[in-house]
Amino acid sequence: MRSLAAFMALVVMAAALPARAEAPVRLMAETCLACHSPELHSTIPTLAGRPAGDLLRLLLAFRDGSRAATIMDRIAKGYSREELGAIAGELAGKGERP
Amino acid sequence: MTGRLSRRALLGGATALLAAPALAAGPRGARVVIVGGGFGGATAARYLRRAMPELRITLVEPNRVHVTCPGSNAVIGGLEPLSRLEHGYDRLRSRFGIEVVHDAAVAIEGERRRVRLGGGAEIAYDRLIVSPGIDLRWNEIEGYGEAAALTMPHAWKAGEQTALLRRRLEAVEDGGVVIIAAPGNPFRCPPGPYERAGLIAWHLSRTRKGCKVLILDAKDSFSKQALFQEGWKALYGDMIEWVSGASNGRVVRVNAAEGWVETDFDRFTPALANIIPPQGAGRIAVAAGLAEAGGFCPVDPATFESRRIPGIHVIGDSCIAGEMPKSASSANNQAKIAAAAVAASLAGQGFASVKAINVCYSLLAPDYGISVAGVYDVADGRRAGVAGSGGVSPLGADAHARKTEAEYAVGWYAGICADAWGG
Ligand SMILES: Cc1cc2nc3c(=O)[nH]c(=O)nc-3n(C[C@H](O)[C@H](O)[C@H](O)COP(=O)(O)OP(=O)(O)OC[C@H]3O[C@@H](n4cnc5c(N)ncnc54)[C@H](O)[C@@H]3O)c2cc1C
Ligand code: HEC
Repeated sequence: MRSLAAFMALVVMAAALPARAEAPVRLMAETCLACHSPELHSTIPTLAGRPAGDLLRLLLAFRDGSRAATIMDRIAKGYSREELGAIAGELAGKGERP
Repeated sequence: MTGRLSRRALLGGATALLAAPALAAGPRGARVVIVGGGFGGATAARYLRRAMPELRITLVEPNRVHVTCPGSNAVIGGLEPLSRLEHGYDRLRSRFGIEVVHDAAVAIEGERRRVRLGGGAEIAYDRLIVSPGIDLRWNEIEGYGEAAALTMPHAWKAGEQTALLRRRLEAVEDGGVVIIAAPGNPFRCPPGPYERAGLIAWHLSRTRKGCKVLILDAKDSFSKQALFQEGWKALYGDMIEWVSGASNGRVVRVNAAEGWVETDFDRFTPALANIIPPQGAGRIAVAAGLAEAGGFCPVDPATFESRRIPGIHVIGDSCIAGEMPKSASSANNQAKIAAAAVAASLAGQGFASVKAINVCYSLLAPDYGISVAGVYDVADGRRAGVAGSGGVSPLGADAHARKTEAEYAVGWYAGICADAWGG
C-alpha cells in the first residue's frame, strides 16, 4: 500500500519527464488496457515493454488476417495502419524497460 | 536517466504505466465528483488521476463493496462463489488518492454545480461524472414490483439477488422448468439472459433429470443468437427453449404469490421464474433531469458530456451510446474517454475523441466461450461501428476454440476489474 504523498511524489517525478505522446494517442492506447492490463499476468498476453515494431507487426497481421486470432482480428480491423502504429508506439513507450 | 531509473525502481515495471507523463497539470483546487463506483465510475476515477495528479477527485458510492454483474451468471450456475465478484475501494484511496465517500447522491444541481448526498452533505464540483448503472422499471410487467423480486428474482443487479437466484435454483427438483423472462431493447448486457440460460442448464444437466429452461422473450432476435443456439444444442440437446416476442414470448403479468407468469395467451407455473424487467438509467440520473423520455441519457458521443446539462458527463449503462451495448466493457472505454475529456476541459485544452472498443464474452459452459466485439467511432453525431470491424465468434468452431475463448473471458474479467478498482 503506497501512501498518497508517496504517490504524488512519484507522479510529479513522472510529470517532469518529457511527454511522449499527444492526448488522443495515449487515450487510444488506454482503450486496450481493459484486457491487456499492465498490472497483472492473465490468460491474455501482456504488451507492456514490448518493442513497438513487434507490436505493430502483430497488429497488422491481425488486421489482414494472416495471424490467427480469437478476437484481435475483429478489433484490429477497426483501425488504420497509422492508428495502429501510434498505439504500438505508445504501448511500447510506457511499459517495462530494460 | 536517473529519473527514469528511480521511477522504475520505485514503481516496478507493471505500475510504471500508471505514472505516465501527466496529460495536463490542471488548475489547482479543481474538483471532479464521480457518482457511482461501478465499472464506469471507478475506471473514470483512476484514469482521471493518471491524467491530473493534483486534481481533487471524489467518488460517491453507497456500497463499501461492489459486486460485479459480470461473472454473476457463473455464480448462479454454481461455477464459483459470489465472493469472487467483490471489489472494495481501498486501492482507489491509498494508491490513487481518490476520496471515496460511502453515501448515495440524492440530488444534482447542474446550475450551481453541486451534488447533495443522502447524509445531507453538499459537494461542489467543477465537472461531474455520472455512472449509476441501471434501475429496474418496477410494475411495467404487471405484478412485478420489489416484493415480487424476493420470490421471482431478477438478479440483474449483482449481490443478494444473485445469491437468491442461486439458492432458488438449487431447490429446483427433477423435471422442474426454469423460466427466464428477457426484456426488450435497450437493456443492460444484451447477451446476459442467454448466457444465464446456458449456465443454468449446465447446473441442471449435471445434478437433475428432465429439467427445462424456457426463455420467454420480448424480442424477436438476440445477441449472438446463432452461436448460442448452436452451443445450446451441442451441450444440452433440447433442454433450452427460446420463445420469441412474435411467438407470444413477452411476459406481461406475474403473480409471485401464486408462482405464475403470463404472456398474452399463456400462463406458466414454473419451478422457478427469473424475471428480467425493463430498465432505465440509474434513478439519480433521471431525478437530475439527465434522461430523456425513453429512460436513458443523451450525450455528446465524443466526450460523453450530457446533451441536457453542461458540465456533467454520463457514462456506462445510463447513457445513450449509439451502437455501443450496455456492458462493463463499454463503460470502461467510455470512462477513459470522459476522463480525458474532463481533464482537457479543466486544463483549457481542446479534445479530440478516439474510437472505443466493446467486447462481451459469454459462457455456455465452463469451457465453452463465445464473444462479440466492436470498434466504435463518432459518425453523424453518434457512436457507430467501424465498417469491417467487429462481429461474433465463428459458427462451427471446434471445442478448442470455444475453450480458448472461455479462458480469455477469465483474463478479461481480471483485467477489467484491475483497471477499475486497482490491481
Ligand atoms: C448477469 C449480468 C452479466 C453481465 N456480464 C457482463 C459481461 O460479461 N461483460 C460485460 O462487459 N458486461 C456485463 N454485464 C453488464 C455490466 O454489468 C454493466 O454494463 C456495467 O456494470 C455498467 O457499468 P456502470 O458503471 O454503468 O454501472 P455499475 O457497474 O452497475 O455501477 C453503478 C454503481 O453506481 C452506484 N450508484 C447507483 N446509484 C447511485 C447514487 N445515487 N449515488 C451514488 N452511487 C450510486 C451503484 O451502487 C453501483 O456501484 C453484465 C450484466 C449482468 C446483469
Ligand atoms: C477483449 C479483450 C481485448 C482487447 C480490448 C484488446 N485485446 Fe489484444 N489480445 C486479446 C487476446 C485474447 C489476444 C490473443 C490473440 C487472440 O486470440 O485474439 C490479444 C493479442 C494481442 C496482441 C498480440 C500479443 C502476442 O504476444 O501475440 C497484440 C499486439 C494486441 N493484442 C494488441 C491490442 C491492442 C493494441 C488493443 C487495443 C486497440 C487490444 N489488443 C485490445 C484481447 C484483447
